[in-house]
Amino acid sequence: MRRSKRFEVLESRPVNQDGLVQEWPEVGLIAMNSPNDPVPGIRIQDGKIVELDGKPAEEFDMIDQFIADYAIDVSAAEKVMAMDSLEIARMLVDINYPREEIIKLTRGMTPAKIVDVVSHLNVVEMMMALQKMRARKTPSNQCHVTNLQDNPVLLAADAAEAAARGFDEMETTVAVVRYAPLNALSILVGSQTGRGGVITQCAIEEATELMLGMKGLTSYAETVSVYGTEQVFVDGDDTPWSKAFLASAYASRGLKMRFTSGTGSEVQMGYAEGKSMLYLETRCIMITKGAGVQGLQNGSISCIGIPGAVPSGIRAVLAENLITTMLDLEVASGNDQTFSHSDIRRTARMLMQMLPGTDFIFSGYSAVPNYDNMFAGSNFDCEDFDDYLLLQRDLMVDGGLRPVKEDEIIAVRNKAARALQAVFKELGLPLISDEEVEAATYAHGSKDIVKRNVVEDLKAAEELMKSKITGIDVVKALAKNNFNDVAENLLNLLKQRVSGDYLHTSAIFDKSFNVLSAVNNPNDYRGPGTGYRLSKDRWEEIKNIERALSPEKLGV
Amino acid sequence: MQINENYIKSIIAQVLSEIDLGEAQNKIGPRQGADPEKNDDGGQNKKFKVIGPAKHGSRADEVVIGVGPAFGLGQHKTIVDIPHLKVLREIIAGIEEEGVSARVIRVKKTSDLAYIGLTAAKLAGSGIGIGVQSRGTTIIHQKDLLPLNNLELFPQAPLLTPETFRLIGKNAAKYVKGESPDPVPTLNDQMARPKYQAKAALLHIKETEFVQPDAEPEELSVNF
Repeated sequence: MRRSKRFEVLESRPVNQDGLVQEWPEVGLIAMNSPNDPVPGIRIQDGKIVELDGKPAEEFDMIDQFIADYAIDVSAAEKVMAMDSLEIARMLVDINYPREEIIKLTRGMTPAKIVDVVSHLNVVEMMMALQKMRARKTPSNQCHVTNLQDNPVLLAADAAEAAARGFDEMETTVAVVRYAPLNALSILVGSQTGRGGVITQCAIEEATELMLGMKGLTSYAETVSVYGTEQVFVDGDDTPWSKAFLASAYASRGLKMRFTSGTGSEVQMGYAEGKSMLYLETRCIMITKGAGVQGLQNGSISCIGIPGAVPSGIRAVLAENLITTMLDLEVASGNDQTFSHSDIRRTARMLMQMLPGTDFIFSGYSAVPNYDNMFAGSNFDCEDFDDYLLLQRDLMVDGGLRPVKEDEIIAVRNKAARALQAVFKELGLPLISDEEVEAATYAHGSKDIVKRNVVEDLKAAEELMKSKITGIDVVKALAKNNFNDVAENLLNLLKQRVSGDYLHTSAIFDKSFNVLSAVNNPNDYRGPGTGYRLSKDRWEEIKNIERALSPEKLGV
Repeated sequence: MQINENYIKSIIAQVLSEIDLGEAQNKIGPRQGADPEKNDDGGQNKKFKVIGPAKHGSRADEVVIGVGPAFGLGQHKTIVDIPHLKVLREIIAGIEEEGVSARVIRVKKTSDLAYIGLTAAKLAGSGIGIGVQSRGTTIIHQKDLLPLNNLELFPQAPLLTPETFRLIGKNAAKYVKGESPDPVPTLNDQMARPKYQAKAALLHIKETEFVQPDAEPEELSVNF
């Protein structure tokens, strides 16, 4: 065939690099409403659920059992299960029904019922519902801080910059597993240099991750994964009960934590049982609720290439975020993995969470260039900062970030690198040279830095893990070297571990270490004029993009 | 490589027909979809002969290569179209270049890479095994490690080239000889996910269709 020049141009567009597949319901390659999804239903006898979505108790798998035992309020179930799903869907977008009223209903719903309700909504309606249903009134944002070499100095500088740019939560992980304690330490010092009260985590194998938290080197955790089919759980040597046990280990040490799940993971592992991605994800959300965990990271996360490849997949991803909020959980709403070659697609996918606002719009905006992102790349990275700031300004939406000045950022990066230099010296870790500090201060990524002796670092990391060094020793090291403000921020963070106020749903700290959570900052959206509105000061901050022309600048 | 819609459709159609076939035959006995003689693969199947149940090796200088349940049966090339025969040829060449011998088995009871690799390692006289899924994802395993641990893991199948497979073979052989080789350099492409994740899922589903939970691994002779 002679090729059309128009088609050739289209074919070369980035979007046509994206993998697409047609629906295949038999294996669960379908976003929502698989013909194999169960029909909503419940039967209760003597206060116990004896049939769930058409399945009698004798046939329950462990997930059904866990949900029936812990995630459904039997006293609310029969009434809401008898209600028309379309009517509930309308209540979700009706400003006359406040969040509290909806939550009284959702606590009695089965997984299939919840899916049936949200299936009636288009994406604009889902966004309206999400705006009302998210737990915390003030939206926020989480970032990734990692690099290819696990370079501690660069991690500290990038963490400081990210904190100064407005991220309230910060997540690192490793290129080489044994680096973990140094990575946790580096972003801890960096974050408290950028802004006191930013909380940090290090995503790694579960036992080590818990240990880092107990040492006071991290303040929260989120990579505790749950799945929607029994086989996938079993393949991971886990059960809902073992995950709930791990969650309680965090709570007992005063550490915030949330679970992680997402559409597509069961298909990816080859065991979706022919159910739709959203139905299986709803089971995960209910496991989280049943385990008593305060929140969930979802929005497909690392499987985004799968819902992203099928029809209505990105709608399903928005729906899973919405369902999380409907169950009164904090939602860290994804956008944290490369999703598309197309700038248009990746932006459209992100707007679904940014416009209504969620507890964390990104559960990992890459605050470093994607080539340094050890979570395999995020939907947005540091090279998109100015685009994102302008979206906030264009639409008068709070996406959680603030415009910054170059000299401010250089100063804070330098201070963080020097603070870490002092800490390394005091704790007897391999020294950080002034050249390393200088390079990290001005670097864009790990291509611009001074390489370290990795073997020495790894040896020190191993010793640090075995030693009795805790967050308090880091506070002392900072104070001894005249980083009093950073030391005080870190000490305040450790005090919060004792008071435990930030274990409430959807908690973050402001710069004075006041907790902002669903308890003292509940979302009270009831239509225009209510809920979260930009304050005058915040709008001034968002508006003032420095390079915008003004009459003064033109000299007229 | 672009994902070609027709290619995906043909996979779907092929799998669906196998499901139908499988269901029909489940009523009368063991699934025939996994029978090498009954599959039309353009002749590649004749290169893989089942010679019996896989045995524990007694030689301390061998690497066992474990392939996934659909390898060379339902699937014949990796996610980036490297023929399975070539994958094996490169791995074996890498192993033999180090003066170590190679044996090939097919793991049938799981499609999970970690367990495929571990099964191969446990059957190897040396305790070193290589696991290869049909889509190309590869692992070097050792018999005493936990399943989800490994010596080296190559999780991004689209980035594995014939040269990489050869180096994987070489490194596995070096572990057999008690050396501590530098890990095979791996590439990282953040855009592999949007491009390949859905196709990878399709291929894995297809591999999983060939799983026979009660079947023991079988020894293969590969005729290059």
